[in-house]
Amino acid sequence: MTEDQVKQIVIDIINEIAPDEDTSGIKGDIALREQMDLDSMDFLDIVMELRKQHGIEVPEAEYPQLASLDSCATYLTPKFNEK
Amino acid sequence: MEQSRIVITGLGLTSPNGNTIQEYRKNLLDGVAGVQLIDVRYMGQQPAGVCDFDPKKYQSRKELRVGTRAASIAIYCAHEAVTSAGLDFDGLDKSRIGVYIGTTEHGNVETENEVYNISKFDYDTRYWTHHHNPRTVANNPAGEITINMGITGPHYTIGAACAAGNAGLIQAAQMLRLGEVDLALAGGVSESIQTFGIFAGFKSQGALGSHEDVSKASRPFDKSRNGIVVSEGGAIYTLERLEDAQARGANILAEIIGYRINSDASDYVLPNPVRQAECMRAALANAGIEPGDVDIVNTHATSTPMGDIQEIKAIREVFGDCPTTYVNNTKSFIGHAMGAAGALELAGNLPSFEDNIVHPTINIEDLDPECALPNLVINEPRKVDAVKVILNNSFGMLGINSALIVRKFEG
Repeated sequence: MTEDQVKQIVIDIINEIAPDEDTSGIKGDIALREQMDLDSMDFLDIVMELRKQHGIEVPEAEYPQLASLDSCATYLTPKFNEK
Repeated sequence: MEQSRIVITGLGLTSPNGNTIQEYRKNLLDGVAGVQLIDVRYMGQQPAGVCDFDPKKYQSRKELRVGTRAASIAIYCAHEAVTSAGLDFDGLDKSRIGVYIGTTEHGNVETENEVYNISKFDYDTRYWTHHHNPRTVANNPAGEITINMGITGPHYTIGAACAAGNAGLIQAAQMLRLGEVDLALAGGVSESIQTFGIFAGFKSQGALGSHEDVSKASRPFDKSRNGIVVSEGGAIYTLERLEDAQARGANILAEIIGYRINSDASDYVLPNPVRQAECMRAALANAGIEPGDVDIVNTHATSTPMGDIQEIKAIREVFGDCPTTYVNNTKSFIGHAMGAAGALELAGNLPSFEDNIVHPTINIEDLDPECALPNLVINEPRKVDAVKVILNNSFGMLGINSALIVRKFEG
């Protein structure tokens, strides 16, 4: 799986949990919270959906890795490829 | 002690047969029921009252995803109430607004959904949502109103089984009189059609209503009645002290002139007509009126074989000698809206102050003689000389009884 594919998976999850947000112009290198109205509960939703839909486990200490789309891709791509 | 007079100045509602008071009232006068078959988890098709208001009118899609159905109903009704009251909401001191919402139960829906959810993951609790606790805390429907509307005054729900709609209004009247708040949003809500447990519980109790024509499943006082139709819905009112309402030139829909809540102290589910009669009499005394002063008694009757008889027995005891007191029932149209029932049924009768018509109880093909009363308004609305006082009964499990009395405001 490529980093672009992982980014799309994350965007799909955001579309699901924050359906009022426009995700079409998300910048990869800027924190998601700076671009959208996402709170800590929303990030827990992202973690839950990664677990439910893809079997990916994100330990609490590593939540900061999900800050931006780029960091999500860097952090999650190896996890997807290890599956 | 001189007490402030408390008035109703606004109303928002959603009912299985109407999302505005106009639509709801029209259907109550035209005999249009709002019961349909829905698919209940594990139980298949069951009769239920379902509301079709537009939840996106006042909530974002994210709020709807995170919040509860009970809160969504509450938020819709609260906004509609504020609009109907003609309040300059933005200009109000939000710390002086109280939110008091009656609920029969809360949290069953959300808990059942999560148990079902983790059943798909071999009951691994890592899949249990972090939204569970804020969704299931008992204050949820009231709390979501405050978040949505930016209200910083007190909020809580009043858990009072199926007397909760009246209890919400009574709580609001008391808090206004204490000077705790200047405006109250109060009433009751129900999301109960989404919990199979309520249906299954009534079924096991032999108290779940059914009929081959689903619109007749809820038929209080009919000889063939066989139980309750569970419904969702809500009705929330704006309540103010009379002097505040008059100072802003508000349109006053009614004045709350008396109320009483008491307890049977006798059984978990079986009603007690002696205590019900005591409750109505105490409310009349609280209002300073006689039984004959009441023009409409809106019954709580839920279409159960025993409960309807017991309530009629209590009404006969209190109003037996009152030739101009008419008796009706709203659940025959909309089923039992549980925590919303009292507030929603009062709403259906308030327009009688304007049109002097008593809406009927419908679906009576064969009146049970044990439920017969000379002034029971059956199947067709009744035009009367004047409606000035309404007594609204709402009773619930564990033996909680409530009677709320409102009067047409004439100065």
